[in-house]
This record gives sequence, structure tokens and C-alpha cells, in this order.
Amino acid sequence: MSWNSFKTDDHLGISAEITTYPSGGDRIHAYVVRPHGGVRAPGVVLVHHMPGWDEFYQEFAERLGRHGYLVICPDLYCRFGHGTPDDVAAKARSAGGVHDDSVVSDCAQAAQWLRDDTGCNGRIGIIGSCSGGRHALLTASRVHGFDAVVDLWGGGVIMPDDQLTPARPVAPIEYTADLDAPLLGLFGNDDQSPTPAQVDEHQAELEKHGKAFRFHRYDGAGHGFFYYHTPMYRQAQAMDGWEKVFAFFEEHLER
Amino acid sequence: MCTMIAVSAPVKGTGKGPGGWFPITQATIGYDHATHSGTEHALLLDFTNYELGVDARVALELDLRSGRSLVSQLQSAIEAAEALSRDA
Repeated sequence: MSWNSFKTDDHLGISAEITTYPSGGDRIHAYVVRPHGGVRAPGVVLVHHMPGWDEFYQEFAERLGRHGYLVICPDLYCRFGHGTPDDVAAKARSAGGVHDDSVVSDCAQAAQWLRDDTGCNGRIGIIGSCSGGRHALLTASRVHGFDAVVDLWGGGVIMPDDQLTPARPVAPIEYTADLDAPLLGLFGNDDQSPTPAQVDEHQAELEKHGKAFRFHRYDGAGHGFFYYHTPMYRQAQAMDGWEKVFAFFEEHLER
Repeated sequence: MCTMIAVSAPVKGTGKGPGGWFPITQATIGYDHATHSGTEHALLLDFTNYELGVDARVALELDLRSGRSLVSQLQSAIEAAEALSRDA
């Protein structure tokens, strides 16, 4: 369903709350948005960005929920402790970032949480922006069973050896052959990570392996062009991008 | 872009946060997405003591020019202080 195309007499509603779910021997905090309406909803794992499990991502989850998706957004920094989002993100940054394996595990368990929910139709997508876009792609490449993946301007998909770190030891592009979910990618042509040349390289790798994907590249936009709380926001590109996301999820998750 | 630029060092000192003064044990300097400065990126200076909690943190977001200026003035102040010590 496109943005602002609901009927004024629709039964529309969501519930939203912070809950916990089991992952890796811990209980991970997650923001869960549940659409009302009495039908089994497609599930979406929402992967937050490097600045943390923040209010933008709560609103991101609510938007997806109002469009009919059962959404779980795990706090991937949960093990760093609890405080304001920027304090927790600062601690994660000081530790060199969250480990890719930890993210993949928490997202895989979040997908299982969706499958186990009686309100889910069993089809699962995963989406994230910035580092969350990279992590969404990485998770869908390493864990089978996702029906759609959306990478919003994820940097670090292509990583020269000198950019590999203990927390990010393998470039996600190395897993391209293993990706078994259709991929949607949205990118700004003014972005410096990923650069247009890196998006080209990623596209060539996907084509080489015969993967199903669609990339959309926007002039006049850089990184984070959905972020209405920052100067990176680009209204026209963001609204078109949201339409691409809704159409992609409708095609792959609502069948 | 996410730069993932961040370096840390142990430090010894005190900092003042919303709850008052507390001992500082670590400094982390990054250049990545800004939280509050209204720019896409900023130099992120965090002076922390995570033994006291995630919020035991004094945070600064600076532009690169300010960072250069800060480094220069820090260097000048340290050299002046060390000269005083030698003269004493």
C-alpha cells in the first residue's frame, strides 16, 4: 500500500512496545509494532543504523506497521548497556562497533520470533539503513529463509583489506553467492560510502551470480536521505524511495 | 556515510556531567554521524568511565576546523606547562 492511500473508513491501528526476546543466551530488547486488522501480517526485521536504536527507528517501525507489517527492531547494542541512544551508541563506537556475528545472530533470532508469532503470515523481510543496510544484506546472505531484503545506502558492503576490523572481519560482498532473497537497494549518488563506483561493483557481483535485485540511484541525494531529523533529508527522493520499499515488500511478502 | 572512524586511549582526569564531577578513564575520538550538531558528520569526542555506567560520559561534537584548532591549542598549553615544570 502506497503512502497516504488508506481509506478513511479502514480499520487501521497499531500497537507498539518495547519487549524482549531470546538471542545468544541473552534476552534482547526489541521494539515491536503490531498492526491491527485481524489478518496475519508479513513480518519485517528492522535493523537500526550506527547512531543506535533510536527514536527515528521507532518511527520507522511504526510506519511499516501502519502499512500492515509485523515489525521487530532489535536493539543490537543491547549488550553494551542501557541509557540514552547516543550514550549507548558512543559506548559501542568506543568498543570498535558491534560484531557482525552478534548482529547476524540477533537478526536471525528476530526472524524466528516473527515466524513463531501467530499474527505472522510466515513471510519475512529484512531492512535497514546505513550500517543497518549492510547488516540486513549480511544477515540475508548468511542466514537462509528471508523472502526479501532491503539495503538502504549501506556502506562497507565492499571493504578493502585495510578496512576490515575485528568486529567487521569479512566484506558482505564476499557472501553474494549465498544470497537467496531478492534485494532492493536505494542509494544517493552523492554518497561517499557507498560511492556510485562501489554500487556499480556490487551490482556487477550480483549480476555475475544471477541474483534477483533492483538498485535505484538518486541524483541530488547523499547518505541518509530518509532522515527527516537531519540535514541529509531529501524530500522527493525519500518519498520515492518509500514507494519503492512498499512496492517491493508488497510484491515479495504479501503473496 | 558511516565512516567507522574511532580511536580510544586510556586517560586520567575528571569530567563534569549532568550528575556532577566523576573520574574519567577513557577518551574516544571518532569522526562519524553527528547526533546533535546539525551536520552529517562531526568529530566526536567522548570522555567516559564505563565502570560507572553508559551515561558517565562527557561528549563533544566539533567540526574539523575546530578539531585542528583544539589540537594546536592543546599542544601549545602542554608545551607551556612542561616548560614551567622544567623551570621550577
